[in-house]
Amino acid sequence: MTATKLTMAQALNTALRDAMTADESVVVFGEDVGPLGGVFRVTDGLTETFGEQRCFDTPLAESGIAGLAIGMAMNGFRPVIEMQFDAFAYPAFEQITSHLAKMANRTRGRVRLPVVVRVPYAGGIGGVEHHCDSSEAYYAHTPGLTVVAPATNADAYGLLRAAIEHPDPVIFLEPKRHYFTREEVDTATPVPPIGQAVVRREGRDATLVAYGPSVPVALAAAELAATEGRDLGVVDLRSIVPFDEETVLAQVRRTGRAVVVAEAQGFASVASEIAARIGERCFHHLEAPVRRVTGFDIPYPPPKLERHHLPSPDRILDAVDALQWDET
Amino acid sequence: MSELRLVRLIEPDGSASGDDRYALPAPGELLEHYRALVRGRRFNEQASALVRQGRLAVYPSSHGQEACQVAAAAVLRDGDWLFPTYRDSVAAVERGVDPVEVMLLLSGDWHCGYDPMRHHVAPQATPLATQLPHAVGVAHAARLKGEDTVVLALCGDGATSEGDFHEALNFAAVFRAPVVFLVQNNKYAISVPLARQSVASSLAAKGEGYGMPSALVDGNDVAALTAVLGEAVRRAAGGDGPTLMEADTYRMDAHTNADDASRYRDDAEVTEWARRDPLVRLRAHLRAAGVLDDEEERAIAESAEQTAAYLRTGLSADSEPDPAELFAHVYAGPAPHLAAQAELLAAELTAEVHS
Repeated sequence: MTATKLTMAQALNTALRDAMTADESVVVFGEDVGPLGGVFRVTDGLTETFGEQRCFDTPLAESGIAGLAIGMAMNGFRPVIEMQFDAFAYPAFEQITSHLAKMANRTRGRVRLPVVVRVPYAGGIGGVEHHCDSSEAYYAHTPGLTVVAPATNADAYGLLRAAIEHPDPVIFLEPKRHYFTREEVDTATPVPPIGQAVVRREGRDATLVAYGPSVPVALAAAELAATEGRDLGVVDLRSIVPFDEETVLAQVRRTGRAVVVAEAQGFASVASEIAARIGERCFHHLEAPVRRVTGFDIPYPPPKLERHHLPSPDRILDAVDALQWDET
Repeated sequence: MSELRLVRLIEPDGSASGDDRYALPAPGELLEHYRALVRGRRFNEQASALVRQGRLAVYPSSHGQEACQVAAAAVLRDGDWLFPTYRDSVAAVERGVDPVEVMLLLSGDWHCGYDPMRHHVAPQATPLATQLPHAVGVAHAARLKGEDTVVLALCGDGATSEGDFHEALNFAAVFRAPVVFLVQNNKYAISVPLARQSVASSLAAKGEGYGMPSALVDGNDVAALTAVLGEAVRRAAGGDGPTLMEADTYRMDAHTNADDASRYRDDAEVTEWARRDPLVRLRAHLRAAGVLDDEEERAIAESAEQTAAYLRTGLSADSEPDPAELFAHVYAGPAPHLAAQAELLAAELTAEVHS
């Protein structure tokens, strides 16, 4: 039996277990990932099952954790490290950008680093400050990194397995507001590979492009639109780098209209890059300029105000309404 | 805690110090080190000359610190790892890396010109102290695999102020990783003197804070360096964990050829350190011991000259790296966005050829 209802945290835990069983070189480490099982319980029971050589707590130092992973990868391991929260990963930023991302290139491919950096990511959980950042643009802007953001529990399992097997470093962004949502996961059915987007909903009138925590929001918006007689499609990127331009552009060409939805602040963002690419490559198919629905360009708000900041189905539909429908 | 007592086995005048903790290595072994010191000094001089000739963009010389370079390479066994900084080219060469390949970084050809996996010499790190956590990772991995590999990680006095220095030493101590940290205290971080980095009684004393043994060594005495480093390597290989070593040495040249040391230090200080030169000291010692004569010196100089000539020849050829390689290694697999950019560049280059 492989299909079962799992929370996203359980799906990720299963992926780690299966990867550690399949490959002895897979090791898991970070802060509180040992006996506690991680603050979100993603590493629950791994130390017990695999021993403390395979899943262990480190001193509390993110740069050291990332640096240790680089060295262990140089010596035959496939480390999966946990950054406890998105904004707590910043001390590791130098190790990630200057070494993890660049090592293969600076050594002409002689040293490849199969490291997965798991990042509990983004908001919507009423977290205190520094616990809800959408930090994907920093990583996506860094050549050498592969950046993955699952939106479903099946993808959480499948993409994490793929990330661990990936030859290059992967930043794995886990939408923490979905850690405890339950969905059917069939671990025996492979998911599409990293780099391939998936059309979550076909639609004739306009295309919503989203990833990670924004995919369910986009789907909810499409549901609402359907009740109003507008047929919206939803593309789930699944990986930000590589960006599956082909799938996105094909959908947008079909519908002629696009809204990019992302929780991160919009200025100089992944959403901006996607909108620019659609504009450059689909100009003659577009009935209206591409719009973006993103977080405001502010530091992540306090919990009582976060609902105003996060893209909502209503805000997405307002953007869809602004796609110059009257002029066609 | 009490202040650490400096380990020195050979005095600046070449006489034996008579240290009660470490034995003086045998003359035959010291003669080998002398050969390497002369080779290293010649390498430094040649590389600096190549900067003046426009063959290298810059060269951070280890002139004056050759004893540290030679000792770091000498104490490692086959399979052990070295993690060098940008000033540790001589150590990389002494570990067997091709001298021309070591210098490709500074000749503008490619970032790391050698294969780190082949000689177990990591790429030379330019962001300070960032290589130290990697060294701990390689060592910890070796320990998990049940191998007795030892990792020697180099850094300077300035790097001890970086967070990664702290994190690496703490991780190494907590994991009992087989790492030897060698801090070459050459007194300056570009222009900033040691007193602006730390007011600790010594940099070696920081080992106490991490719960690891440490030693303060005369960094211009290759005999003391190999004795103390060798002991640390044996301890690490035997499962007894990391060691912090501070080598008391001096950067005789400016930071690089682009730097002007006269703006921040006196000539008198440089002159004083010249008196403690690692080559002069060992030469005097070996001469007095009767194992180094004129003929041997000529042979050693000739051998060093061959290394210099090899470097000159290797770096005098005008090479144009392949622009297509810019995109080749960023990812292991195909990257569609890079493929498009590679095509763009290729088209530009074709147009250039035809215009």
